[in-house]
Amino acid sequence: MSILIDADTPVIVQGFTGDKASFHAREMISYGTKVVGGVTPGKGGQTHLDRPVFNTVKEAVHATGAEASLAFVPPPFAADALMEAADAGLKLVCIITDGIPAQDMMRVKRYLRRYPKPKRTTVVGPNCAGIISAGKAMLGIMPSNIYLRGNVGVVSRSGTLGYEAGAQMKELGIGITTSVGIGGDPINGSSFLDHLMLFERDPETKAVIMIGEIGGPQEAEAAKWVRENMSKPVVGYVAGLTAPKGRRMGHAGAIISAEGDTAAEKAEIMRSYGLYVAPSPAELGRTVALALSKA
Amino acid sequence: MDIHEYQAKALLAGFGVSVPQGGVAYSPEQAVFVATEIGGWHWAVKAQIHAGGRGKSGGVKLCRTYQEIAAAAKAMLGTTLVTHQTGPAGKVVHRVYVEKAEPYMRALYLGFVLDRKVERIRVIASAEGGMEIEEIAQQKPDTLLQQQVDPAVGLQAFQARELAFGLGLNLKQVNQAVTTIMGCYRAFRDLDATMVEINPLVVTKDNRVLALDAKMSFDDNALFRRPKISEMRDPAEEDPREAQAAEFGLNYVGLTGQIGCIINGAGLAMATMDMIKFAGGEPANFLDVGGGASPERVAAAFNLVLSDPNVKAILVNIFAGINRCDWVAQGVVQAAKALRVPLVVRLAGTNVEEGRRLVRDSGLPIITADTLAEAAQKVVAAASGVAS
Repeated sequence: MSILIDADTPVIVQGFTGDKASFHAREMISYGTKVVGGVTPGKGGQTHLDRPVFNTVKEAVHATGAEASLAFVPPPFAADALMEAADAGLKLVCIITDGIPAQDMMRVKRYLRRYPKPKRTTVVGPNCAGIISAGKAMLGIMPSNIYLRGNVGVVSRSGTLGYEAGAQMKELGIGITTSVGIGGDPINGSSFLDHLMLFERDPETKAVIMIGEIGGPQEAEAAKWVRENMSKPVVGYVAGLTAPKGRRMGHAGAIISAEGDTAAEKAEIMRSYGLYVAPSPAELGRTVALALSKA
Repeated sequence: MDIHEYQAKALLAGFGVSVPQGGVAYSPEQAVFVATEIGGWHWAVKAQIHAGGRGKSGGVKLCRTYQEIAAAAKAMLGTTLVTHQTGPAGKVVHRVYVEKAEPYMRALYLGFVLDRKVERIRVIASAEGGMEIEEIAQQKPDTLLQQQVDPAVGLQAFQARELAFGLGLNLKQVNQAVTTIMGCYRAFRDLDATMVEINPLVVTKDNRVLALDAKMSFDDNALFRRPKISEMRDPAEEDPREAQAAEFGLNYVGLTGQIGCIINGAGLAMATMDMIKFAGGEPANFLDVGGGASPERVAAAFNLVLSDPNVKAILVNIFAGINRCDWVAQGVVQAAKALRVPLVVRLAGTNVEEGRRLVRDSGLPIITADTLAEAAQKVVAAASGVAS
């Protein structure tokens, strides 16, 4: 098992025919992902990467039975693409795009709530590296060879820091079930908490590592839930000890603007809720090994 | 992106928010001219910088004569104002705002923020205006009135009325306060703001409700559809290196340490800086080269980092996904040819073997590292002049 995607999850790519989307779609296909087609409005009826192109997501879902989508859509059109995917009934949309206006994401989140929970689309991202279920399927832009198949779940705001965790674990012979990037924006499609819940339910996942950043209340909220509801050990790390207050550190959401926003405060909250806090970013792998030994 | 008080007031006035009459001035003569234009007996001369706390630092002066206006403008223009929000370096005042002084009976607080927890716009009001919101929240939390806005329908008039009545306003004032609150909300929504703050919102003796100060911040991600807001950018308020970085699609934040950082990905950049600190050093900057780091972009990153005279060593840490290590390595080798400080390079991810080979075969004195910990230790040693 794994979470969100599997070897037989039928996947479409929104913005399929663009250069970057084509490059990463090829990578996804060669990793074994079941890419069944794509959507580019105006290019419906064409064939791209030996797969059909559709004008609308609804057509694509109808023709291919797609359940998940990877969205490679420029910021001005991203919110529209996400709502289109939700309305077409996709279970999962992963959006890589960086630079989506915050109020657009606010509207997307509100729109998703039109659908009752069992039918509601899970949005992963934006501004993220995507999702990989090691050895099965990839919905994103990560270098797939740094992950071993194993029993640890990874959920990270940052793409590259998630890679760092995957590589450190591989070095120690530890593999992953699924790695999810929730993205560096202030409003994410889905949160640490959403994915911790999925990992808790996944029988194959024995431990989870969550990698946070400065800014926002998500890490604290997730840590509290871990204490109250999670049976599996969770490793935590929060990047940004040296970040000054009020400065945006690259990610739109990585800014210390309220109490509880600093890396030190968040790490302390994680510790107080019983998470294994990695003492430094060079010890992500070793801390996971320690947590696994207690699982 | 932040704008000045006078710009925020002009924008809000366009949405029906009442503000005192005023005008911007770049010289003492202009300041006096503005005062003669708007008329009246008392004026406030206000330094225009992107930071609060001006009143306590000599950045706001109440004047009764044209001579006083000229003197106040002369004293402010060209000087560096240090407030608790500017940092110790302060900010240079390039323009002042001259405004008709309005005696008031009450000072209220009104703020609009994008609340990350509930993922909605939150409106906050308090009868304790003039204090900062953090102080109000700490000292008088029971005076805070709040409303959340459902993005599907927007702020409703009843919500504004609840706030206005909650502030203890009389009927005449309530109607104006509702207009102000609705106007600020529409400005927030229509201009892609991330913050609107009116502090203080005052009530005059003749029952007018006026925004005496105004602050607005905007979502950088939405500037592509807000060209008029983009034009309000004041380059003098920004770190020139950060502005230069933005031109190359780089993200740079200047800090005070000695170790220059060039890293891909914001999270990895912050983690690498943490690691430098654990190894006993201090980062000189945050720099995310982003995805698709072409040799030109890497070269620009080096120039930027080296423009900081405090930099004693540079650490390049690339975990390539979209990026390819060989590409980055080409840029690094190019830039390293004319380097005045030691350079430590750590490459991982896509095409790492080819990248490492390019660095190795360059014949340049580049220090290489395989892991994050090793890279941090080596760059801290190199910065302190210890051979590694």
